[in-house]
Amino acid sequence: MHHLEIVDLKASYGDLPVLEQISLTVDKGEIVCLIGPSGSGKSTLFRVLMGLLPPAVGEVRLDGQAIDYGNKKAVRAIRDRFAIVFQQYNLFQNMTVLQNVTVAPVKVKKSKAAEVEREAKELLAKVGLADKLKSYPDELSGGQQQRVAIARALALRPEILLLDEVTSALDPELVNEVLDAIRLLAAEGMTMFIVSHEMGFVREVSSKVVFMADGRVVEVGSPNQIFDNPREVRTREFVGKILRH
Amino acid sequence: MFARIIEEAPTFFTYYNGLLLMEAMAATFMLSAVGCVIGFGAGFFLAVARRTTSLGLLPLRVSTFGFVEAFRRIPFLVTLMLVFFIFEIVKIDISLFSVALISVCLIATAFIAEIIRGGLESVHQTQWDTAAAMNFSLAQTLIYVIMPQAWKIILPPVFSFFILFIKDTALASQIGVVELTYAGKILNNKGFSAALVFGSILVLYFVISYPLARFGVWMESRLASSRNR
Amino acid sequence: MDYVFQFGQVVDYLPYLVGGAWLSLQIAFLAFCGGMVIGLFGAMAKTFGGPVLRGTANAYVTFLTNTPQLVQIYFLFFALPDAGILMSPYQAVLLGMTLNAGAYLTEIQRAGFETVHRNEMEAAETLGMNLWQRVRYVILPHIARVLFPPLSNQYILMTLGTSMAAIFGVEELTGRAFNVNAETFRAIEVFSLTAGIYIVVTLVATVILGLLGRFLFRAKMRMI
Repeated sequence: MHHLEIVDLKASYGDLPVLEQISLTVDKGEIVCLIGPSGSGKSTLFRVLMGLLPPAVGEVRLDGQAIDYGNKKAVRAIRDRFAIVFQQYNLFQNMTVLQNVTVAPVKVKKSKAAEVEREAKELLAKVGLADKLKSYPDELSGGQQQRVAIARALALRPEILLLDEVTSALDPELVNEVLDAIRLLAAEGMTMFIVSHEMGFVREVSSKVVFMADGRVVEVGSPNQIFDNPREVRTREFVGKILRH
Repeated sequence: MFARIIEEAPTFFTYYNGLLLMEAMAATFMLSAVGCVIGFGAGFFLAVARRTTSLGLLPLRVSTFGFVEAFRRIPFLVTLMLVFFIFEIVKIDISLFSVALISVCLIATAFIAEIIRGGLESVHQTQWDTAAAMNFSLAQTLIYVIMPQAWKIILPPVFSFFILFIKDTALASQIGVVELTYAGKILNNKGFSAALVFGSILVLYFVISYPLARFGVWMESRLASSRNR
Repeated sequence: MDYVFQFGQVVDYLPYLVGGAWLSLQIAFLAFCGGMVIGLFGAMAKTFGGPVLRGTANAYVTFLTNTPQLVQIYFLFFALPDAGILMSPYQAVLLGMTLNAGAYLTEIQRAGFETVHRNEMEAAETLGMNLWQRVRYVILPHIARVLFPPLSNQYILMTLGTSMAAIFGVEELTGRAFNVNAETFRAIEVFSLTAGIYIVVTLVATVILGLLGRFLFRAKMRMI
């Protein structure tokens, strides 16, 4: 049984269909990377998973159990098990780094403050920001902010970590520090579902690569297979274009 | 005319008249201040209501939209008359000041709801999404994330509106509320020269409004600079 | 509540009320035009004038924008006769509104003046243009587009502001509403209908001005 299974998912923004017929699986410990041209619906898929956009048709199953996105309690339960990091504007500007990481566990999950704080400091040390606990987001670089966002997501102890183009908005020299943090998590066996444009990184870190275009899954395979031997024409076109530079 | 003003000045600037004018100034100030505070509370509720997305709450969103768009386009005098006559017809006995206050609240709510809505929208959507994804309730999202960021955008225009409305309260004189303009009419009817009376009233309005306006400018510059830390 | 709504009676007066709305628009327009002239001189005084001109303009703007239009009109209405100047209520209201508008329009135009880059002004100066020519040929065309939205908005606010003319007996929309109320005693119906007319008129005016702006300048206008 797959940990996460997406079956024939369809979703629209109002009248505009964005996801057409998405079927995917993610297993425990797997790192699945979604690649594809802009507008292919990758970020939308994540929004649906987190309950931010209702699916029109189809099913999402966690441990075999279908999630009812129409039911508020079910959605809250899902948000306890996934955590997401967006492309930018993740951190709460009015809180310090430490407060950002501890606010959800304390206020929402109602965990004990002392323990949450201890764990938060560990996570921030893990991403290399132990010295920035009292800083505010606008005092940090983009790369530092994204690392805090990752630590904050981890503080929620998710089963699956969703990373939505977390380096796309960063200046090139800041990308690597974030990728390093993700590599660390990969090595520790964290299940991750990643949307990224960093093809070298995708190739290095994924267990499975999914190529999406026009709201559909075009091809699924191992990194080597997708990048060196794509079966579909569309995939070949995309890979050809991006690998040329 | 000026000779007459100088002649009347001593009998005009008396303790009793001063008292009347002080009380009237207080009424003017309170009408706007209390109206805006209540307007902020109600306006906040309306602004948040506008952001709901569920289909079931569509009537709420539509009526909120309707209320805000309507009351921003009706002159205060007309609103005043409507409220005044509604209370008369329904035979509820409330003070004239309350009628005026309710009118102020209605209009303040409409204008401030728009201001707050703009403030809420100024906070990037990702902040809302992140809070939702972490299972923050709407109240928690507003209290811990959104309002701490949005208040700096919201407060200056709201304060501005408050000062602006002090001038509109002059219309409450038409239903007999003893605010500053009505006090002017009283004194004018007593026989004092109009130039003296209304000139003084204008000065008193200025005395209320101008310092507040300067304070507002100072506050805005403080908030703007702290935003670009 | 044993009040029976009788809109029928009041609806008969609809043409009369709409006529009042038309008058409201006209009064606002006249005051706006007068105010624009004052505003132009005021903006020029504030931007280019020496200390005396600047001070006068500042005092004028500061005083009139911090005091109620109603009391300004009361002042003119009651005090001018004492000084020997006799005016009809309509004239007093129009004068009051014009002077009041002048203050706000000074500020709007001044803001526009300040957006004109110093270089353009200096270039014009070196071409031998005097101040008036510079304003006319360099500044005004440049800022007309930028100022169209706030000026349109001000006009609409002024249309709503004409409502207080009713207090002085002028028969614009609100004044006529008072008349209808006096005749029919159907206060809620009359004033609701009047409110509705104000909403419709301002919405239509907003749309028309928006289209005009887009046509003339490709300027986008926000609704008030």
